[in-house]
Amino acid sequence: MNKSKPILRGAEIFVQALKDEGVKHVFGYPGGAVLHIYDELYKQTEVEHILVRHEQGAAHAADGYARATGRAGVVLVTSGPGITNAITGIATAYMDSIPLVVFSGQVPTSVIGNDAFQEVDAIGISRPCVKHNFLVSDVKDLASIIKKAFYVACSGRPGPVLVDIPKDVTANSCAYDYPDAVDMRSYRPTVKGHPGQVKRAIKLMLKARKPMIYTGGGVVLSDADAELIEFTRLLGFPITNTLMGLGAYPATDRQFIGMLGMHGTYEANMAMHQCDMLIAIGARFDDRVTGDLEKFCPHARIIHIDVDPSSIAKNVPVDVPIVGDVKHVLQDINDGLKNIRERPDIDGWWRQIKDWQSMDCLRFDRDSSLIKPQRVIELLYELTGGDAYVSSDVGQHQMWAAQFYKFDKPRRWLNSGGLGTMGFGLPAAMGAKIAYPDETVVCITGEASLVMCIQELSTCLQYRTPIKIINLNNRYMGMVRQWQEFFYEKRYSHSYMDALPDFVKLAESFGHVGMRIEKAADVEAALKEALAMEDRLVLMDFITDQTENVYPMIAAGKGQHEMHLAPGSEERELA
Amino acid sequence: MRHILSLLVENEAGALSRISGLFSARGFNIESLSVAPTEDSTVSRMTIVTSGSAAIIEQITKHLNKLVDVIKVVDLNESDHIERELMLVKVKTLDATREELMRLSDIFRGRIIDVNENSYTIEVTGNSDKLDAFLKALNPDLILETVRTGVSGIARGERAIRV
Repeated sequence: MNKSKPILRGAEIFVQALKDEGVKHVFGYPGGAVLHIYDELYKQTEVEHILVRHEQGAAHAADGYARATGRAGVVLVTSGPGITNAITGIATAYMDSIPLVVFSGQVPTSVIGNDAFQEVDAIGISRPCVKHNFLVSDVKDLASIIKKAFYVACSGRPGPVLVDIPKDVTANSCAYDYPDAVDMRSYRPTVKGHPGQVKRAIKLMLKARKPMIYTGGGVVLSDADAELIEFTRLLGFPITNTLMGLGAYPATDRQFIGMLGMHGTYEANMAMHQCDMLIAIGARFDDRVTGDLEKFCPHARIIHIDVDPSSIAKNVPVDVPIVGDVKHVLQDINDGLKNIRERPDIDGWWRQIKDWQSMDCLRFDRDSSLIKPQRVIELLYELTGGDAYVSSDVGQHQMWAAQFYKFDKPRRWLNSGGLGTMGFGLPAAMGAKIAYPDETVVCITGEASLVMCIQELSTCLQYRTPIKIINLNNRYMGMVRQWQEFFYEKRYSHSYMDALPDFVKLAESFGHVGMRIEKAADVEAALKEALAMEDRLVLMDFITDQTENVYPMIAAGKGQHEMHLAPGSEERELA
Repeated sequence: MRHILSLLVENEAGALSRISGLFSARGFNIESLSVAPTEDSTVSRMTIVTSGSAAIIEQITKHLNKLVDVIKVVDLNESDHIERELMLVKVKTLDATREELMRLSDIFRGRIIDVNENSYTIEVTGNSDKLDAFLKALNPDLILETVRTGVSGIARGERAIRV
C-alpha cells in the first residue's frame, strides 16, 4: 500500500476532502442517507457543523456565509425531503450566482429508482437551479468530484453545485487522493478580456458626452471594487449600482447617484434613460432594471463586460461586448486609460444630473408620530457607521434597506435579488455572523418574511450568533399591499395578517431578547440599546406606518423615465 | 431560420437531460435531436436542429456552451455542410401497389429492407426535405408507421469538429 494514499471509507474521504479544501463550516441536518458522514463529522473538530432547524435555512445560511466571505458555502442534507427542502435555497443562490457546494445523501445505488424510503431524484429536481450537479456512483470518484464541485462553484460565473452521494458510496473504501488542481476540457471559463475589444471600449467611452456606468453583482463576486473605483475616478463618470451591486462602489461617493431600477433613484433612472453611453459591468439587464425594453436607454451605445457570454445581448443588443472576469477586464481598461490624457467633457451632463438630484426623490415624512420604516434604516446606518453586514428578506423593507443604508463596502449587503426569496434574511444573517463573529450583523425584515424561516432562531441560540433583527412590522405583506393599492383599486386580497405572533414573547421563547417599539421617538434609543447587547440576539419589532409605500417606483413594463414619485413631489416634465 | 447545431458532449449520465432541459426551460425550439458516442467513447456527438432569429440562435449557442458537460458547439449553418437523416417507413402493400412502391423507392434511392406478404419496410436516407418529399409521394392511406433518426450533420471539406 502506498503510504501517501491511505485507504479510506467514503465518509472519511468526504470529511478529509472538506479539510483539504479548507472548509471551516458546514450547514446541515442529518438523516438516514448521510449517517455515515455524520459519524465521521462527530470524530473531528476541524470542520464545524452548524445544525440548522430546516434545510432551507442551511442553504440560506451557507449562502449568506458565501456572500459575506466570497468563499463557497457548504451544505449537507439527507436524501428525499432533506434535499427538496434545500431546493429553494439552492435556487436563491443560483439566481444571484452565489457559490455553494451542496452535498445530499442518496439511497444506496442498488435501490436508486425503486422508490426507496426518502428517495427523490435529486439530480433531476435540482438540475434547473444549479450550475452543475454530480451523482457519485463509485467511491473512487468521490474525491475528484468534490474537488470539481468546489472549482465549478467558485470559478467563472459562480453558482451552486450539488453532489448527490448514495449511502453505500459513503461506506465503501478506496485509496484517498485529493487532486491539487482541476482541468476540465468542457469547462474553461474566460478570465481575460479580448485586448481588441478592450481597446474598442476605451475608444468609445472617451467619445461619450452623457455617459453612465451601471454595475451589478458581478463586480462584488469578482472582488473588483478597487478596480471599479479606480475606473470610475479615472473617467469622472456618474455611476449607479443594481440591487445586487450595492457596496461595490461607495454609496457616499459624489459620483454615485443611487441604485437604479424599479425602486431606484429618480436621478439614476433619468440618467440611464438619457445617457448616450452605457458601460455595463457585471450586470445582466434584469427586467427590474430595464423596465420596458423598447424604451430602455434609447440613445445609448452600450459596452457590456461580463464573465458569462450568455448574459451579453440576452435582453439588450450591445455595441462592444467584452467577455471576461470583471476584475481582469477593468485592470486592462484602467491601464489603457492611464496612458491616455484625453477625457470627455461632461460638465453639462453633471449639471443635468445635479438638477435631477435636487428632486430629493427619497424624501419621506420626518414629522410623523408613526414609525417610518425609512427612518429606522437611516438611524441604523448612522449608528453602525455604515459598516454592518445587512441581510434582508423580500419586499418593501428590502427596497428601503437598499435605498437608505448606504453601503460603502462590498459584501456587506446580503439579499435575495434574483429569486426574491422571503425567509432568506434570518438564516443569511446567521451565516454571515458565523463567518464574522466580531462584526455587527443585522437582518432587516418584515413580519411576513421573518416567520418563513423563524425556526433558525434556535440555531442562533445554539451557536451563539447574536445578530440583530429589525422587524419592520406593518401587519401587511407590504409590497403586495402596495401593488394592490396602485394596480388593484385597493382590494387588499390576502395581504393582511390579523393573527401575528407576539414577536417579543416569540424571541424570548427562543432564548433571545425581544423589544417592541411603537413610537417614532423611541426608535433611536431602542436601536442603541439593542446594538449595545453584543452577546445577545435581539429581535426588534417596530410597529410601522401601515400606509407607507416605496418610492420612486417604475411600474412593471413601464419605461425607466416613467416613475411614480412620492405624493407631493414637485411635478416635472418627464423626458 | 432553421439551424443545425453540432455538439461534442461528455458521454456522461445526465448530459442529455441537461441539454433538453435547457431548451424547455428557456423556451427554445428543438426540431430534432440525435446523439450517439463517437470513436472516442468518452465523447458523444449530438446534432440539434432548432429554429429562431439570429439573436435566439446566439443565446442557444451561448447557453449550450455554458453547460459544464458540453465540450464544443458549432453552428453548421455558418459554413457549407452536409446533413443526412435516415427514415424507415412501413407501408401496406396491395397486389396493385407493390410495383409502384418499388419504383417510388428507387426514385428516392430508398431500399426495401423488409418484405412481407402485406407490407414493405423502406429505408430512405437524405436531407429532411427529401424524406418529407418521399412521405408526400406516398399514398397516406398506405403508411403504417414511420420512424426517423433526426438529422446528423457534418461540415464539408477538411474542417472537423474535434475535442
